[in-house]
Amino acid sequence: MISLRAGSIRRRLTVQLVGSAALLAAILYLVVQDFARDLAQQAQDSILVASVTSILDAASVRAGEISVDIPYTALSMLGTLSDDRVFYTVKIGEAVLTGYNDLPVSKTDFDANGQRFSTTEYRGEDVRFVTGTRQLSVEGRTERMLVTVAQTRDRQQAILAQITRTSLLMGLGFFVIAAVLALLAAQSAVRPVNRLAEIVSRRGPDDLRPVTAPVPDEMLPLVSSLNSFIARLQTSLTRSEEFIAEAAHRVRTPLATVRTQAEVALRRVERPENRASLKDMIRAIDESSRAAGQLLDHAMVSLRADQLAQAEVEIPALIQEVVDRLGPVAELKDIDLTVDDLPRLSANGDRILLQNAVSNILDNAIKYSPRDSAIHISLEAGAQTLTLHVRDGGPGFPHGGENRLRDRFARGQNAEGTVGSGLGLTIVDEVARAHGGTLTFGNSNPGGGACVSLSLPLS
Amino acid sequence: MRFLLVEDNAQLAAAVVDRLTLDGHVVDHAGRIGEAEDYTATTDYDLILLDIMLPDGDGRTFLSRHRAARDETPVIVLTARSEVSDRVGMLDLGADDYLTKPFDFSELEARVRAVLRRKGGSSSNIKRFGDLEFDPLAGVLGVGGERISLRNRELRLLEVFLGAPGMIFSKTKLVDRLFSYEEDVSENAIEVYVGRLRKHLAASAVEITTVRGLGYRLTAPE
Repeated sequence: MISLRAGSIRRRLTVQLVGSAALLAAILYLVVQDFARDLAQQAQDSILVASVTSILDAASVRAGEISVDIPYTALSMLGTLSDDRVFYTVKIGEAVLTGYNDLPVSKTDFDANGQRFSTTEYRGEDVRFVTGTRQLSVEGRTERMLVTVAQTRDRQQAILAQITRTSLLMGLGFFVIAAVLALLAAQSAVRPVNRLAEIVSRRGPDDLRPVTAPVPDEMLPLVSSLNSFIARLQTSLTRSEEFIAEAAHRVRTPLATVRTQAEVALRRVERPENRASLKDMIRAIDESSRAAGQLLDHAMVSLRADQLAQAEVEIPALIQEVVDRLGPVAELKDIDLTVDDLPRLSANGDRILLQNAVSNILDNAIKYSPRDSAIHISLEAGAQTLTLHVRDGGPGFPHGGENRLRDRFARGQNAEGTVGSGLGLTIVDEVARAHGGTLTFGNSNPGGGACVSLSLPLS
Repeated sequence: MRFLLVEDNAQLAAAVVDRLTLDGHVVDHAGRIGEAEDYTATTDYDLILLDIMLPDGDGRTFLSRHRAARDETPVIVLTARSEVSDRVGMLDLGADDYLTKPFDFSELEARVRAVLRRKGGSSSNIKRFGDLEFDPLAGVLGVGGERISLRNRELRLLEVFLGAPGMIFSKTKLVDRLFSYEEDVSENAIEVYVGRLRKHLAASAVEITTVRGLGYRLTAPE
């Protein structure tokens, strides 16, 4: 079998959608974290700026000296947010006026507001620095005052860690929801494809109507090419059917002419040797047309058995139809067809095939029965099967040879002198097996005639 | 009986007309659907023999128009196909029976009889000879007030005799009429059926007489 697998649309769609969801979740996580870090930094910075500003504002010049009376609130406000440690230093020029001597203060890179923000390691800890400047005029000189307030960032780190956790959870949650939605979306995207496949595969072997089920726009090209394919198949089937019919017509019509002329001639001819050859001619025509017919039937049976239709077939009605059809043929040999009271049973399968099988069994029985005899037809119900018995008044099957009758072109030992192709019971056997049934041969005990039994599963 | 044969192949049609005429039937032949419809419009037939492939259309068209016109004349389809589904389709369209070409005329006769019997048959087919009254469709022989059911071969044998009363039929001729070509029968087999028929005719003045060395004939007292 050719491998037709080129991946799955659903899987590809799922992978793509889940992948996109993962990427979006990661971006969401990074953006939220970045934003949170900025926000936390701004909160600390604004308090540090307020603190620096209040210290700068507290500076005054008294008696030619710059003095700073650091307001209590300048440092206490820093404690409102956290317990982080606070460092400060106030410098006039290079001289430290008050505060920590070793606090690293840079004097460049101030922004437009005369402020400078930086984060540096100090005393083994990560510390945020804010430096502000103010120009003071002392006895005509201009002094530059630098105030630096610094604070450790423990609290901020803690907040950051918490926000990281939260945003990680958010990202994960977003991802999970998106993944579920992606699966559902992929599922619903391929649903029309599955539905179409089901509609097409559920069809019987003879159903060549175009597909008319509504499908999404994207599948319209597929469905329309499927329909044009079905139409082409239909055309080609019709053409070959017409060809077979035409061929059969061309062959059988002259055969019928010759046969009829031979019958007419036989009425008018007296000489025994002429009569014998005319009879041989008629027999040969019958033999060939019968063989041709059964070969066609056999081909049809094989074809239909491959794709078995599953309809409920009422067996008694079917048997009665076949009996009615073959009645005149049996009558010609004064053979009585007797039909039991048939129980109302039905089997699942192809009506035409089952009819063909029953017809072949009965036709066979009529052909091999002696004139002025009877053929008995009965239907028996089992637990799971129904069995059709056809008993004839002939000589019965020779012991041991029964199973060979199923073989193609095999004929019984008593078939000598009877027109037949040997395909009849092969066809019946094939139909039986296609329906999960069996064909058995035996001899009925009283009378010793042949008994052909066809068993089929009950529907 | 009066038949209408609708068949486009001239040779086959001629042979069939010949063959049916031999059995004493009257046959009109139409080569196309149009012609066939002209015939059915003007003549009452006992039976129509219809080929499926015709030059001016499908025999099925004729069949459905024929049924739509409420014409009750039975139709036996002659088909070249042997596919079962096709046969079934014919019956659905209102054909009374079908035969696959080439066909055996004794089978055709048996089917015609079965179809006519099913359709209720016309009593116009009852044949009278001497004190006999014979309904070949029902297979019933009336002798005096008594009605006897005949088996198929007895019936056909009587039909042969009644077709030409007084004429001598050889055993060979009778075997031809009674047995299919499939069966290998000796000419003596005919004696069995002549014997049975004689038994049925016991109460009648009509009898089957043996013409030594030539065959049999049906005779009625003057």
